[in-house]
Amino acid sequence: MKLIGIDSSGMTASVAILEDDLMVAEYSVNYKKTHSQTLLPMLDEIVKMTETDINTVDAIAIAKGPGSFTGLRIGSATAKGLGLALDIPIVEVLTTDALAYNLYGTDRVICPLMDARRDQVYTGLYEFEKNADIYTLRTLLPATALSIEEILEKVNETGRNTVFLGDGVPVFIDKIKELTKVDHIFAPAGKNRQSAGSVAALGAEKYKAGEYISSDDHVPEYLRLSQAERELKEKESR
Amino acid sequence: MKDILILAIESSCDETAAAVVKNGREVLSNVISSQIDLHTIYGGVVPEIASRKHIENINPVIREALSNANVTLKDMDAIAVTYGPGLVGALLVGVSEAKAISFATGIPLIGVHHIEGHISANYIENKDLEPPFVCLVVSGGHSHLVKVLDYGEYEILGRTRDDAAGEAFDKVARAIGLGYPGGPKIDKVAKSGNPDAISFPRAKVVGSEYDFSFSGLKSAVLNYLNSCEMKGEQIVVEDVAASFQKAVVDVLTEHSVRAVRESGMKKFALAGGVASNSALRESVAKAMEAEGVSFYKPSPILCTDNAAMIGAAGYYEFIKGQRSGYDLNAVPALKLGDR
Repeated sequence: MKLIGIDSSGMTASVAILEDDLMVAEYSVNYKKTHSQTLLPMLDEIVKMTETDINTVDAIAIAKGPGSFTGLRIGSATAKGLGLALDIPIVEVLTTDALAYNLYGTDRVICPLMDARRDQVYTGLYEFEKNADIYTLRTLLPATALSIEEILEKVNETGRNTVFLGDGVPVFIDKIKELTKVDHIFAPAGKNRQSAGSVAALGAEKYKAGEYISSDDHVPEYLRLSQAERELKEKESR
Repeated sequence: MKDILILAIESSCDETAAAVVKNGREVLSNVISSQIDLHTIYGGVVPEIASRKHIENINPVIREALSNANVTLKDMDAIAVTYGPGLVGALLVGVSEAKAISFATGIPLIGVHHIEGHISANYIENKDLEPPFVCLVVSGGHSHLVKVLDYGEYEILGRTRDDAAGEAFDKVARAIGLGYPGGPKIDKVAKSGNPDAISFPRAKVVGSEYDFSFSGLKSAVLNYLNSCEMKGEQIVVEDVAASFQKAVVDVLTEHSVRAVRESGMKKFALAGGVASNSALRESVAKAMEAEGVSFYKPSPILCTDNAAMIGAAGYYEFIKGQRSGYDLNAVPALKLGDR
């Protein structure tokens, strides 16, 4: 089984090739250059470097959101184009799930924090559950958009040791330090941003479980309406 | 010579479109998924909504274009995609999709300028049309008067200083209660109005005789409506529409005539969404006949945003050996003639 993983939901551009239990290649760039210019050249690079025959890929695992609307669409359109051209399905992985998967095996509650602007974070709460010789990612709070105060309250409610990660951490570091009542740590560099490797690895589990869809049906998970739709709704409810 | 088949993709504004074009001039399929109904309640195109709709539509639209043409991706010689100008979020959907297909199949990729597409729409139905000619490109986002020197070679004579012609139509239509999209609605209502009822200004841009300015005209219409309201006078929507339309058409026609006279070119073509306006077509046809200049225009379906025109423009880039890389980006303010 061979999967391509893609994550362009935030500033990180990340692509990966996964074959069974081996991450054949992973290429992540945290640099302010538009994903439109980086993502496909990066995939081209690892495909060439590893002499991967693109026609042997079974599915595309995509970080479907939440995240930057435009970033998500660049990844989604790339995944859909690959799916259409190679006639293979798409496995959708929530961005926050994949971030949590970066910290495989931790006994802490995992709290991904992605800067969502408008004083909010895209977030969720996760834990790993051990069954026999394998850990399974469990969702305690599914991907959602909240204020930093709201999510930290939920973290406190768990009463458990927590680990934070994501590009929202530096943005809200003061609030996190001030409001978090439980023992908490921060994931280190190399583990604290989106990783297409995690998207591909989680995607592989879903693919094996038959959780994949046609490339035609994949759309990003924005978690939010567009500004125009929001304003129209507000006007109507007044 | 072997036939050249091009899959073309266009998503620069509110139409998701794909087409298969043979040898630049023959349309094998032309699929357009319009979002007009979605944007009507907002009175214009909402970029984020347009981009979201493109992502939903793009694969089915491409599949339909291939199946209507009775071909598969493997038959394609190139993939052409609009990379500007337009709404950046909307453009990025088509560009990312086209690049991925090109990467997965090895089929060469060609980034196409949206306005070059509109101009090239004329090649599809006018098999005899070849450069050089003068072209007036008028749409909701663009107003350009251009000398087409050769395929892919342009000299811009004039452009709008403020609103595009189609934008002025939209704004005036909204002001007189006709709604969005303004162009076709004004065109229809104006047919039963008197174009000489109200005298609206024909703006000139001092020092650049080929440039356009439509915001003054738009303001004049709004002022007229306000003063009628203050005086308690009845507004005859048909007359306002007809008089406004005549003011736009007069300026466009006059500039076009000057361009063919001064360039000495014997061919003139219309392009862009506003090129389907019946008053403009009539006025330019009459003027060009008087000048002894051949007049070309695409049928209305090829005037609106579509992918067949991108395939036509892409073909001429393809045979010149132009190729785009996987780093092709959307360029929202791409200038005509830039690469």
